[in-house]
Amino acid sequence: MALDSKQVLDTREFKVVGTRVLRPDGVDKVTGKARFGADITAPGMLVGLVLRSPHAHAKIKSIDTSAAEAMDGVHAVVTAADFPNIELDDFTADVRDNCLAGAKALYDGHAVAAVAASSNHIAKKALKAIKVDYEVLDHVTDVDEAIKPGAPVLHEGGGNESVPEGSSPNIMARYEFGHGDIEAGLKKADRVLERSYKTEATHQGYIEPHACLATMGPDGQADLWCCTQGHYMVRNTCAAILGLDQGQLRVTASEIGGGFGGKTTVFLEPVAMMLAKKSSRPVKMVMTRSEVLRATGPTASSSVDIRIGMTKDGRITAAAAELRYQGGAYAGSPVEFGAMSAFAPYDLENVQTIGWDVVTNRPKQAAYRAPGAPMAAFAVESAIDELAKGLGLDPLEVRLKNAAREGTVASYGPTYPAIGLEATLRTAKDHPHWTAPLGENQGRGVACGFWFNFGGDTCVSLNITPDGTVTVSEGNPDIGGSRASMSMMAAEELGIPYEKVRTIVADTGSLGQNEVTDGSRVTFAVGLATIEAARAAKREMCKRAAMVWGIEPEAVEWKDGAAHPAGPNAGTHPPMSLAEIAEIASNTGGPIAGHHEANPEGAGVSFATHMVDTEVDPETGAVKILRYTVFQDAGKAVHPDYVEGQFQGGAVQGIGWALNEEYIYGEDGVLQNAGFLDYRIPVASDLPMIDTVILEIPNPGHPYGVRGVGETSIVPPLAAIANSVSAASGVRMTDLPMSPPKVLKAIQDQ
Amino acid sequence: MRYLAPATLEDATQMLGSDLGECRILAGGTDLLVRMRSGFAEPDSILDIKRIDGMRDITREDGGWRIGAAVSCAEMGEHAGLSADWPGVVEAAGLIGSTQIQGRCTVAGNLCNASPAADSVPALVAARAMARIAGPDGTRDVAVEHVPTGPGQTSLGKGEFVASIFLPARPENAGDAYLRFIPRTEMDIAVVGCGVSLTLDGDGTCTDAHVALGAVGPTVIIVEAGAKALVGTQVDDAALDALAAACSAAATPIADKRGTVEFRTHVSGVLAKRAAKIAASRAGA
Repeated sequence: MALDSKQVLDTREFKVVGTRVLRPDGVDKVTGKARFGADITAPGMLVGLVLRSPHAHAKIKSIDTSAAEAMDGVHAVVTAADFPNIELDDFTADVRDNCLAGAKALYDGHAVAAVAASSNHIAKKALKAIKVDYEVLDHVTDVDEAIKPGAPVLHEGGGNESVPEGSSPNIMARYEFGHGDIEAGLKKADRVLERSYKTEATHQGYIEPHACLATMGPDGQADLWCCTQGHYMVRNTCAAILGLDQGQLRVTASEIGGGFGGKTTVFLEPVAMMLAKKSSRPVKMVMTRSEVLRATGPTASSSVDIRIGMTKDGRITAAAAELRYQGGAYAGSPVEFGAMSAFAPYDLENVQTIGWDVVTNRPKQAAYRAPGAPMAAFAVESAIDELAKGLGLDPLEVRLKNAAREGTVASYGPTYPAIGLEATLRTAKDHPHWTAPLGENQGRGVACGFWFNFGGDTCVSLNITPDGTVTVSEGNPDIGGSRASMSMMAAEELGIPYEKVRTIVADTGSLGQNEVTDGSRVTFAVGLATIEAARAAKREMCKRAAMVWGIEPEAVEWKDGAAHPAGPNAGTHPPMSLAEIAEIASNTGGPIAGHHEANPEGAGVSFATHMVDTEVDPETGAVKILRYTVFQDAGKAVHPDYVEGQFQGGAVQGIGWALNEEYIYGEDGVLQNAGFLDYRIPVASDLPMIDTVILEIPNPGHPYGVRGVGETSIVPPLAAIANSVSAASGVRMTDLPMSPPKVLKAIQDQ
Repeated sequence: MRYLAPATLEDATQMLGSDLGECRILAGGTDLLVRMRSGFAEPDSILDIKRIDGMRDITREDGGWRIGAAVSCAEMGEHAGLSADWPGVVEAAGLIGSTQIQGRCTVAGNLCNASPAADSVPALVAARAMARIAGPDGTRDVAVEHVPTGPGQTSLGKGEFVASIFLPARPENAGDAYLRFIPRTEMDIAVVGCGVSLTLDGDGTCTDAHVALGAVGPTVIIVEAGAKALVGTQVDDAALDALAAACSAAATPIADKRGTVEFRTHVSGVLAKRAAKIAASRAGA
């Protein structure tokens, strides 16, 4: 449904990039042949299952595994005591403690032991036979409660040097960003808004549960197949925890049924490897949905205080935010990203953000699509909306007036190069959605969003086959269409048809280090490496043609998929196509390939503006999404279908976060809704078609102008929907999710 | 585990009289199989009633409809006669689960699962449906509201099972409706459910009404005061407001992850009002 609304002309003519070619994984996926994590098997494999804490916070006094070990069909039982005693960095030590609890169970669902047995039935019985002696401790799951004096303490002395003396022991870190003078700026304002906002933890909600299969031979060589966003990270983490050389552990990534950041993690893999080692058998582990919700990363819940001053004509004079995010039982909530991104869309003279990283008795948070940014944007964009409306100003005009542009010093430090925020706002203002009529109990909301995007370690290998087709090996699981995009960029660069290129996701034995699929980095960084690998292969092919023609390689140029003689002294040789060069490669120096390794800078920040209409049922508080339009800068949309899919997917996950998704804990600290029935992600019938408008402001950091598009789309929806619901219901909603009981109560209380 | 699939009612009751350990009845299996898979049920035997004569039939009887216990909700939805007479019951049955689940699940199973939030039950109660129970001493007919006695509990004795549901003949100028509140638009469980069945006379005055609430008590609540609020009226705004007040007053919900007491209490009235409007328009049609 994308409108063809390119705001900036392409800087070059593309033949393949920008088209909507067939995706290479489509047939396997729609016919059920694609192999996901749980589809991998090995001869003689055992079933591995995890015993999990039923308590939110408890000291583990002892674990008696003897009865389980004595059962027929049980081949191994492991606890944290079985991990080799290795000194690890803080982050990896937390991962290990999260895989199998050490001294304390820190949340409902925390893994405490695991078994490998010949059947699922026996493994389940063995779990029941493990006796854990717990000393139950007081618990805390709310971010604001956790930092009150007297709150139960998770880790004594856990905070780092950034935390001021006398702070709550549940604060792990403090972050501060900004410039100017807030108090002086607020004095210049005609109106100052101070308001607090809360969001609940939400899960990434990927359809495929975590799964892996591990083997570990007596010779020290190990293999792991798993569903992950980064098998190189899995390799490095498992090797560290188990004391293996990274080169001895080969990890192969399966097809992936969604991740959204939640599979940049390690939960089962080291446990499966220990069970495999202890049993000398392959061990397969597959989580249930309940385990996924109880024990894998949701994102942080948040509590944010905002102070913004605005002049009568809509200029922001000062903006401050204090953000508290709880990231579960370990340090590392994404509050730093929240504090950095909160005011990133605006050109502000006086701005300050302070972020507090808080621990609670909840599962260790994991990255979730633009980690930390949606909650911050919810608070900031809600406050700007309220101020604009209070002053009788157009919310899009207010944003345009304050919008960051090329040369703006961002609130988190850097100075922006060419960016697309203003283009998204102007396009939104001109779009028919903005002026479409609204009915009774209906409202319209807008909000902006920002995401950094990222480069990271990347390796690509591109090989020319003897018949002149091309294979590309990348090291990033294909989570958003990267096989199609890499094939397209390789075909574009080589001047051959898309169908002549096949891209695979290679295992960790085949390429050098690759950063996980995160930070919307793959189309940018792996794309850049693919283009560079293709250029290396082109240089080699020009050299081979020069050899055949007996001229200098510099006198050969590559165009339209063939080597051509160029320049006054090159002669009049007929062009040699890629296939012709490939055919004789054996006689001109051997096989032809190109590869590229890099940690590219210049990912190019990304902005979006979202517009949404809702209708609120005043008698039940139910919210219906009527119309939704995403305006986002893609730099260059390599495969527009996938780009639209990313825009739509982010919007839909944001709709879930805004309206019904939440982690609900009982008084006992136990998760009440560990299933997709009561953890309510939107279903298809809840949604209108999400309309998308792709803008293309080329990223100077990429050969084709590409920017990552995967994450920005989840940043604006929370505020856009809250602004819309507030307009429809007449009452300002500051607490997510806006579930029907909450909206109805707000309407009745006003 | 034993799997039994008798072909006659007699064989079934005979089998149930023998020593089967803990035996569960299987019709669509959409509750039982899920419970077994998640470890909440570990029966020694399963008796599948789908092959018993008549269990998969919808038949005309005394002007009403007899629905075999193994008739799927999808089959009910495709039955023109049943849908014309009892659209509220058919709609309620059509709300259970997903399209795939619809092909297997049954209203008899929904009744015997005894969930307070069962969608088809308030509609069946409002329609004054009867359950025919087969057992060692033959069959007996009871009003459907007497089958569930609490969450997961039924009045069925040892060896008994529901063999069919009977919906009585629809009176002239009568209509029924069922509405539920869920936070999403499908694939969910009622936070509040409300079935209304009513009859009008030639002038549009309500002569009979039956109102049932689901998910706001351990079992379905029949709101007699709500019915009284409608009878004798033109089902006008005043009557609907009185109905809503009566339903909110009758609701005895708990607060849980699906809704607060205040929310469920209020929405009981809202849904009753809306369902009554639909039922009245159907009755007048």
